[in-house]
Amino acid sequence: MAEHILLRHLDVPDIDQLDVYVKLGGFEALRQAVTGKTPAEVIEIVKASGLRGRGGAGFPAGVKWSFLTPNVFPRYVVVNADESEPGTFKDREIMERNPYQFLEGVALCAYAAQAETAYIYCRGEFWDLARRLEERITELEARRFLGRNLFGSPYSLNIHVHLGAGAYICGEETALLESLEGKLGQPRLRPPFPAAKGLYGRPTVVNNVETLTNLPPILARGADWYRTIGTPQSPGPKVFCLSGHVNHPGNYELPLGTTFRTLIFEHGGGLPNGRAIKAILPAGASAPLLRATDEVLDTPMDYESLPKVGSMLGSASIIVIDETVDIAWVAWKTTRFFKHESCGKCTPCREGTYWMQHVLDRLHAGGAAAADIDLLEAVAHGMQGKCLCPLGEFAVMPVLSGIERFRPDFAARVGNGQ
Amino acid sequence: MLKDTHPSEIEAILAHYPPDQKRSAAMPLLYLAQQEYGYLTPATLEEVASLVGVSATQIGSLVGFYSLYHDEAGGKVRMQVCVDLPCALRGGETLADTVCAQLGIRLGETTADGAVTVEGVMCLAGCDKAPVFQSQDSAGIHYHENQTIESAKAWLDQVRRGASDG
Repeated sequence: MAEHILLRHLDVPDIDQLDVYVKLGGFEALRQAVTGKTPAEVIEIVKASGLRGRGGAGFPAGVKWSFLTPNVFPRYVVVNADESEPGTFKDREIMERNPYQFLEGVALCAYAAQAETAYIYCRGEFWDLARRLEERITELEARRFLGRNLFGSPYSLNIHVHLGAGAYICGEETALLESLEGKLGQPRLRPPFPAAKGLYGRPTVVNNVETLTNLPPILARGADWYRTIGTPQSPGPKVFCLSGHVNHPGNYELPLGTTFRTLIFEHGGGLPNGRAIKAILPAGASAPLLRATDEVLDTPMDYESLPKVGSMLGSASIIVIDETVDIAWVAWKTTRFFKHESCGKCTPCREGTYWMQHVLDRLHAGGAAAADIDLLEAVAHGMQGKCLCPLGEFAVMPVLSGIERFRPDFAARVGNGQ
Repeated sequence: MLKDTHPSEIEAILAHYPPDQKRSAAMPLLYLAQQEYGYLTPATLEEVASLVGVSATQIGSLVGFYSLYHDEAGGKVRMQVCVDLPCALRGGETLADTVCAQLGIRLGETTADGAVTVEGVMCLAGCDKAPVFQSQDSAGIHYHENQTIESAKAWLDQVRRGASDG
C-alpha cells in the first residue's frame, strides 16, 4: 500500500506533533462532524464503511454503536488499550507514534455515541505511554479540540487515561469495565451487553485503539473510499503484527486479504538462518496453530478466509515458528500463559488451564506416558464451549490444534512413563 | 499517611471519576501508595480503602489479582524479563536465565545487596523488539527493548552501582 492510513508516522515521521497533525487536516473530521452532522449520521457513515472491530472479534463498529439503549444518559466510551495478546504490539505503536489520529478517533466515537466522557484503559505496563497521552490530552484541551462546547457546539467531551495493573483478562471488554470500576478484572455474564449496561451500569461503547484510529480517515474521505481498501466483507487497512522467526519483525499496515506469504516473505524478509517455516500462530496465542503448507501461506488474511483453513484472524498477530521448534513446547508456553492469566471466575477455565499445564509440564520434563496425550485432549475437550469468556476457549486452541496437526512432536515427548 | 503527604495527587486522581464512583480510583491510588512506600502493606490497604469507601479486603484482592502490585518488599528495581512465546523464540528465556546466573539468583529472587529483583513476566507488547524487559521502581515502569545479554548486564551494573551509592 503506497499510503499508510493508520501507521501514518511511517510517511510523516513528526505526525506526533500536534501542529503537524493539524496542518495536515487533523481534527477537521471532528469539527465537521460536531458542527455539521448528527451523531446518527456519523454512525451511518461508519456502518456504510464496513469497519469491523480490530480488537479480535471483527464485529462491525457502527452496528455495535447502534445498539446503545436510546435516550439513556450519561453514556461512556471506553477505549480498550489493554494490548496484552502475545505477539500483539500495534496499539502501542499507534498511540506512541500517531497519537492525535487515535485521539481524534476517540472523540469521533464519543460524539457518535453521545458520550461526554471517555476513558482510555491502558495496560499498566504502558506507564510512560499513558503519561504522554495525558500530556497530549491537556494540549488538546488548551487548543479547544477537547473540553467544553467543542467548536462552539453544545457538545463537550473529556477524555481520561486509566492504567490497568497487569492482567490479560482485562482485554475482555466486560472484565475491562469491572477493572475500570475498581474491581477484579473478571468478565460479566452477558446479556446485558455494555451497550445497554456498561460502565457504572450505563450504556457504553468499548472499542479497540486501532478500530478508533480508522475513524478520522473514514469521516474525512468517506465510506466509499474506505471500501476501496481490503475485501468486500473485511474492508479497510489492517495492522498486522509480525513476530517470532522472521528477519524483519514489526507492524505492517496492509489491506485485509493480504496472504501470509506476502507478509512473511516480502515484508518480513523471510526466516533467519535459511530455516524453513513450520507453523504459524495467526492471532497470537489465541487461535489454532496452522501448519505452514502452501495452501495456508497463500490464504488471504481476512475474517472470512482463516476459518476455512482451520484458524482465525483475531488481532492479526502473526507469530512465525521455524522448523527447529517443538510444537509441544509451544503448547506448553501458551498454556502457561493462559493458566497464569485465567481470572479464576469460571470453573472450566480455572481448573482446565491448571490441569493442562500439569500434563504439559510432565510432557515438557520428559516423564509423561503415552496416555497423557489423550488425557491432555480430554481436559481440553472438557473446557471447550463451557467457559464464561473467550480466554478459556482460546487456551485450548493451540493445544488441540497442536496435537491434531503436529502429533509426532507430542509423541516424541513421551518418556519412560509408557 | 497519603492523605497528609499527597493531598493534591489524591484529589487529581479522584477527579477523573464521577463523585459517586470513587472505587474507580482504587487502582491509581494503589500505584500512588506503592510509589510512596515501595510495596503495599496491610496498613496501606486500609488507607486506600478508606479513601474510596470499600473494605480493605476488597482492596487487598486487587493486589493479589493484578501482577504489577506487590505486597512484599523486593529489590529497589524489579527487572521483569518477558519470557512469553514471541520473546522466547528470540532469546528472551536465555536472557533471563543468563542474567540470573550472573547475579547468582533464581527467577523471582532478589540480589543480596537488595538492588534488583529479577522476574519472568508475560507478553509486554514489545515482541518486534525482543528480547524485552521492563523495569519497575518507585518512579514507574519503563521499557528496555532490543536487548542483548551485554546490554542487560550493562544496565544491571548501572542499577547496582546506583543502589550502592544511594
